Amino acid sequence: MKRTRKSDRILLQGSEACVRGALIAGCRFYAGYPITPATEIMEQMSRQLPKAGGVFIQMEDEIASLGAVIGASLTGLKSMTATSSPGFSLMQEHISFACMAEVPCVIVDVMRGGPSTGLPTLPAQGDVMQARWGAHGDHPIIVLCPSSTYEFFDLTIKAFNLSERYRIPVILLTDEVTAHTRESVILPPSDELVVEERRKPNVPPEWYTPYDDRQTGVPPMPAFGEGYRYHVTGLAHDIRGYPTTRSDEVGTLIDRLFSKISKDFHLLQWFDSYQADDSVVTIIAYGSVARSALHAVKEAREKGLKVGLIKLKVLWPFMRHTVIRFLQSSAKVLVPEMNMGQLSREVKRVSQGGCEIVTLNKVDGTMISPKEILRSLEDIYP
Amino acid sequence: MKEREHLIYKYLRSSKRFPHIWCPGCGIGILLGALIRAIDGGGYGKDDVVLISGIGCSGRLPTYVDFNTLHTTHGRALTFATGIKLANPSLKVIVVMGDGDATAIGGNHFIHAARRNIGITSIIINNQTYGMTGGQFSPTTPFGLKTSSSPHGNLESPFDICGLAREAGATFVARSTVYHARLLEEIIGMAIGKEGFSVVEVVSHCTTYFGREIGLESPVEMMKWQRDNAVRVEKAKDLGEEELRQKIVIGVLVDRKAPAYHEMYEKLIAKCRLEDNAL
Ligand SMILES: Cc1ncc(C[n+]2csc(CCOP(=O)(O)OP(=O)(O)O)c2C)c(N)n1
Ligand code: SF4
Repeated sequence: MKRTRKSDRILLQGSEACVRGALIAGCRFYAGYPITPATEIMEQMSRQLPKAGGVFIQMEDEIASLGAVIGASLTGLKSMTATSSPGFSLMQEHISFACMAEVPCVIVDVMRGGPSTGLPTLPAQGDVMQARWGAHGDHPIIVLCPSSTYEFFDLTIKAFNLSERYRIPVILLTDEVTAHTRESVILPPSDELVVEERRKPNVPPEWYTPYDDRQTGVPPMPAFGEGYRYHVTGLAHDIRGYPTTRSDEVGTLIDRLFSKISKDFHLLQWFDSYQADDSVVTIIAYGSVARSALHAVKEAREKGLKVGLIKLKVLWPFMRHTVIRFLQSSAKVLVPEMNMGQLSREVKRVSQGGCEIVTLNKVDGTMISPKEILRSLEDIYP
Repeated sequence: MKEREHLIYKYLRSSKRFPHIWCPGCGIGILLGALIRAIDGGGYGKDDVVLISGIGCSGRLPTYVDFNTLHTTHGRALTFATGIKLANPSLKVIVVMGDGDATAIGGNHFIHAARRNIGITSIIINNQTYGMTGGQFSPTTPFGLKTSSSPHGNLESPFDICGLAREAGATFVARSTVYHARLLEEIIGMAIGKEGFSVVEVVSHCTTYFGREIGLESPVEMMKWQRDNAVRVEKAKDLGEEELRQKIVIGVLVDRKAPAYHEMYEKLIAKCRLEDNAL
């Protein structure tokens, strides 16, 4: 039996945990541009990656960073970038490209207060909708959201796994508090962690059809230089990768881009629940706000209020089935967010009026405190 | 002729549904021919070449040829190429861009790729206009010209692409027109052979838009214009500044040695690993 010793505990910043997770997941390429509060990830990478035989490059802007990441991924390296809200805006065109050309990559957005240059050093959750809909065109996307140092580590590995499995950009949407907090954590030994590799073609090059999906909806992907010479484009393309405007071919492509994710929605219901089985009022929260919420739930329970918490770790695709389950069993749902109400819209959408949804919003650069959530719980408790 | 047919079968994609998208008489096809001959002449394996483009008429070029090919976003081709070169430095990375692609929306990436001296060959098809979107003025359109988006005359002065590349740090810079197809093939071959950032500016003609805007109605007239206005770099020395301004100087303009970014990076990895092992 393995026992954790006191010495296995380490003090780690959220950003450092992300970098550790990325390296364990096999990330060997990082391109980025400095921006508070995401710079720590870049600086760590500049130290660690060359030692691991990987590539670090500081590019001239965020557009270039994601371009380089996509290029490296097409050449076979697991690749990532990290930025904060304004830089994330600049990346949107290339996120759209990576969706269309099905290039695996991981993008960290450490959200800061906005709009515009906003509050560079203060937390916010204003990019929830940008992460979903910021890139042009109808596209599927996966967005994960850690709330602690340990989760940042864990979800970074999972982000790479999902990205490789589905050939899709995966966004790690976090906030200044989660990225900067130092916590003592025990990381699991690497042999206990699951790391997925990209599926490569097992047919000879002359038989390879790059965007044919007969088996899984996710075609196997060779690296440039491995003998499978094929064409990659952001234009709508046929199964060989060549531009097409034929409606049957375009329709098939876009349908597949969506269905490769939607067929696995049930595998993406990642959440933690705390005392939510019998709760009359349930909080739905994510990121650092979920930690304040947990505190508030504990205090409220001590006061005899039957309240609970659902902490979402996947924001997109929205965990409809999970959320509906708790909406049905609760009289009211409270959604606290450091924005003007972005995820709460989604909760209202799936609730369709069936449950009263109460919002608690804050956009002044300060965290939502446990006290504020507790007050809100007491106010709305039936 | 035989040789040309052989190259067509060897490099054009039989799986691609032709025809191509270019207008009859467009100069881009001549560049494609020169590029294929240069790659073939250099003896590079098809698997070892990655051909990348941005968006525009020029951006469609890689689609038709049998290499690893990547059609990226408008202006950003060099950023993708940077990732590819660093991920696998043994690949020959060639980027084809339009003048708008490379020096307007992609100008920042262009100067920084040159400054880094990363091992990428940039081929810029300078047709002095935005072809794909319908003949608007570009950063290389002559001052005063009336175009579809400068109906009262262009108020901006054109870039000298080669000058820009030289000052930004490119270690090989050359220019040709598509009329001088042999020279074009030769300088592309030289550029691909270099380790650092190499630039080939290809003065080409967009008959459909730019030709109409400057009053040269046919591809033949436009190519004659190229012939009559080009001057070899060796001869250019004898001309005065004013005379030169009207001319297209062709040939190799810069050829110097400097450490390439990807080479320095490989050394850095080796050093870091050595230090790590020493601990
Ligand atoms: C971000 C973005 N902005 C604008 C466009 C529209 N657009 C497509 S091609 C092009 C200009 C092409 O001109 P150039 O780069 O000179 O290439 P050419 O077509 O002349 O070969 C523009 C503006 C685009 N595709 N993407
Ligand atoms: S529009 Fe101009 S540049 Fe484009 S294909 Fe036609 S002639 Fe060539």
